[in-house]
Amino acid sequence: MGQSANAGAALALNRFGLGPRAGSIAAIAQDPRGALLAELDRPGASLIDAKALPTSAQAFRTVFDANSERQARQIVATRQQKELEKQRGASMNMAKPMEQGSTDAGAPAAATVVPDPGRRIYLDEAQVRIDRALAAEIGFVDRLVWFWSNHFCISADKIQSMSGAYEREAIRPHVLGRFRDMLQAVEAHPAMLFYLDNSASIGPNSIAGINRTRGLNENLAREILELHTLGVRTGYTQADVLTFANAITGWTLIPVDNDPDHGGEFTFNRRLHEPGPKTIMDKAYPDSGIEQGRAVLDDLAMHPSTATHIAAKLVRHFIADDLPQTLTERLSKAFLDTGGDLKGIAKVLVNSEEAWDMPRSKLKRPSEWVISMVRAAGTPADAARFTGGQAILGEPLWRPAAPNGYADDEASWIDGMGLRLDIANSYAEAVSARVDPRYVMDTVMASTVSPQTRQSVTRAETRSQALALLFMSSDIQRR
Amino acid sequence: MRGHIHRPSRRAALLASGSLFAWTQLPKLARAEGRDPRLLVIVLRGALDGLGTVAPVGDPEWIGLRGNRALVLDGRTPALPLDSFFALNPAMANFHRMYQAQHAIVVHATSTQYRDRSHFDGQDVLESGIERPGASSTGWLNRALTKLASEGRVEAGDGRAFAVGPVTPLVVRGTAPVMSWAPPQLLSASEDTHARLLDLLRHTDPKLAIALEGRKQLMTLARADGGNTMQPSTIAAAAPGIARTRAYFAEAAGTAARFLARANGPRVGALGFVGWDTHINEGAAAGQLAGLLGALDGALGAIENNMGSAWRETVVAVVTEFGRTARINGTDGTDHGTGTVALLVGGALKGGRVIADWPGLKPGSLYQERDLKPTTDLRAVLKGLLAAHLRIDDAVLATAVFPESFDIRPMAGLLA
Repeated sequence: MGQSANAGAALALNRFGLGPRAGSIAAIAQDPRGALLAELDRPGASLIDAKALPTSAQAFRTVFDANSERQARQIVATRQQKELEKQRGASMNMAKPMEQGSTDAGAPAAATVVPDPGRRIYLDEAQVRIDRALAAEIGFVDRLVWFWSNHFCISADKIQSMSGAYEREAIRPHVLGRFRDMLQAVEAHPAMLFYLDNSASIGPNSIAGINRTRGLNENLAREILELHTLGVRTGYTQADVLTFANAITGWTLIPVDNDPDHGGEFTFNRRLHEPGPKTIMDKAYPDSGIEQGRAVLDDLAMHPSTATHIAAKLVRHFIADDLPQTLTERLSKAFLDTGGDLKGIAKVLVNSEEAWDMPRSKLKRPSEWVISMVRAAGTPADAARFTGGQAILGEPLWRPAAPNGYADDEASWIDGMGLRLDIANSYAEAVSARVDPRYVMDTVMASTVSPQTRQSVTRAETRSQALALLFMSSDIQRR
Repeated sequence: MRGHIHRPSRRAALLASGSLFAWTQLPKLARAEGRDPRLLVIVLRGALDGLGTVAPVGDPEWIGLRGNRALVLDGRTPALPLDSFFALNPAMANFHRMYQAQHAIVVHATSTQYRDRSHFDGQDVLESGIERPGASSTGWLNRALTKLASEGRVEAGDGRAFAVGPVTPLVVRGTAPVMSWAPPQLLSASEDTHARLLDLLRHTDPKLAIALEGRKQLMTLARADGGNTMQPSTIAAAAPGIARTRAYFAEAAGTAARFLARANGPRVGALGFVGWDTHINEGAAAGQLAGLLGALDGALGAIENNMGSAWRETVVAVVTEFGRTARINGTDGTDHGTGTVALLVGGALKGGRVIADWPGLKPGSLYQERDLKPTTDLRAVLKGLLAAHLRIDDAVLATAVFPESFDIRPMAGLLA
């Protein structure tokens, strides 16, 4: 295989995939574009085999039950302690100061008997995701999953138990399907409803709204319009936000204490729903319960502003920070022409001239860079260490600081270079006994690195230094 | 790769959120005048509830708006009086002490020129200093300093920005490159590896090389500090929840102050704290917002402490993208609003004042009958600080730093 063919394969693996792993360049060098398209057409390509993992609602209940049990034990322990003190006080008339100090020692000790299962579930989910990314030949479909998961992000800081299951349930089934279906799945997912507070939002004139003092919360409605569909400054008003928020009142979770078997699942609670027809962005939506919100989402999914918004984000993610305008327009048109067919749109991207002609100018985000590094080295990855590394680099898995997700431009990430070097150095030291830098450079990367990188790696003092230099080279950091 | 940092709430602080920036050569001009000013900007992301921070307890509408969630002087945890009209959230004891020492100012009913309610556009306007969101890739603080350099008032040379955390906030982005600091958690690469990588990147990817050089300068500064600024982080040791938020706020701000206090250290910095988007169960004298304000107050205390004798030449400006609704929403929180507060602390201030052209809280006085109406343009405050503290010309402030802001006069008299 010639060097130019290898370079094409390396481009495909970096720009659209998760970076070269042993054998992947050879596997696709004949026809990199065809290989990308073939990955999209593989049946069930986006799904993940996770029978051992709990559903989001199961995970939610598990954590809820553990918290309840911990609380109960704490109460019992405190009670017993008080009883003990009372007896002691009766027999001794007065407690010694030392014993007074240890009054509450029993309660925390009892509480630690019930560990928090949320962290374990998070790590199990992370492990499955990492293993899959390491095993993928190219990883184009996983890159799409990561893209959409970030577009429709939630945060494990607010809802750790569901963070992994959310991606499997609401994102993965639809990344090669229709945008409309993903939007409906995401906005009705308990994790999203909890994350953006809609689970607590009550229509002011609903039965519950009249009987209780609580009411509307506009958080989710605003972010759907601003972040998930139309994009900011596209003409919707504060009144649209409010009316839309009213339309999706009642979209909530089944409370766990009411229903130990179905708690944490989605439900439409009519008693919380603001009654009446609603007008949003000049369109009237009749009073149709859950269908009212669904109808609004359907219209948003096919709005031209949504098409422009999504097209720009996809092109910025896969091609360049400085958007090639004609490609963005073509993608936006394809979005509208195909009714939001996401596989079709991915194919337009792969078939574009820009995808193969534009230089590799994108700086990989920390998550993409770390996975590239581990794939190139060919080692397994432990979820706790892996997610820890991502956290240090400012992109902790499923924990963005705000609902706009992680930034997708170089300016946001480039000043983390010093931290990347620390991570690369630490990983290189850990694996240098097992991983030969020349093998990674010549075989895994099929000699596609720049002559300067080759020279630096060959002249390095130690294997570990050679690996750190290779991991930090623009050959691995850029896509 | 070790030590996963668990964070219990989306509203908890993230390492990624803090950022600090500085230009080491800045003080030269002021030194010629016998001054050595320090300026630190803290951006609160998520929109701070100004009314829940500094309550207008003297406004007859106040109790009616917030009901039993209103801060009051005779509550179970009474608000701390600032003057006959305003009172401070009781979580902010340090700020109150600084206020009494005339080292703190509240500017109330203020906001940027942004009038819609998107966090991300709002932060963009706040940090870029430019009317239209998304129109600039540089921040006003960086432009202010670049301008000082280009006029020869400070040495450009190897001047460099300085940041905490792996993600650089817009307010500090610009021509001046950034050097970034994060709580040390890993053994750093050797100087030899560092030098070799720099050499490789200079030949293959100059942008990455420039970014990496910042690290080297920072290490040199920290070494001269006797390792004080590079001591291992204590954040991960704190219990999850608000305790960890407090630890992070204090460590990020405290470290910023240590660098700023150094004789040859940076003089201007910025960092960001997230978590202020209190849509649900916001609380008042206690609860979510009070917890965050307490953490912020701890950070202000850490700055004062670590600045040492440089405190008297310090100004810290705490700003946010916009305020929150005047009324409580349906879920015991507040939604996105408009007018809010800016908090200023530092020994260089003429403090002990609440500056407000109070718009009132009657429904008709609220902005769109919903938010505190902004009556002071935040740019006037920031321009006032840049003019008096850093000696930046009015003309430069009205063009390069905050473009098209001739009509917004720098607020006078903020400094002692």
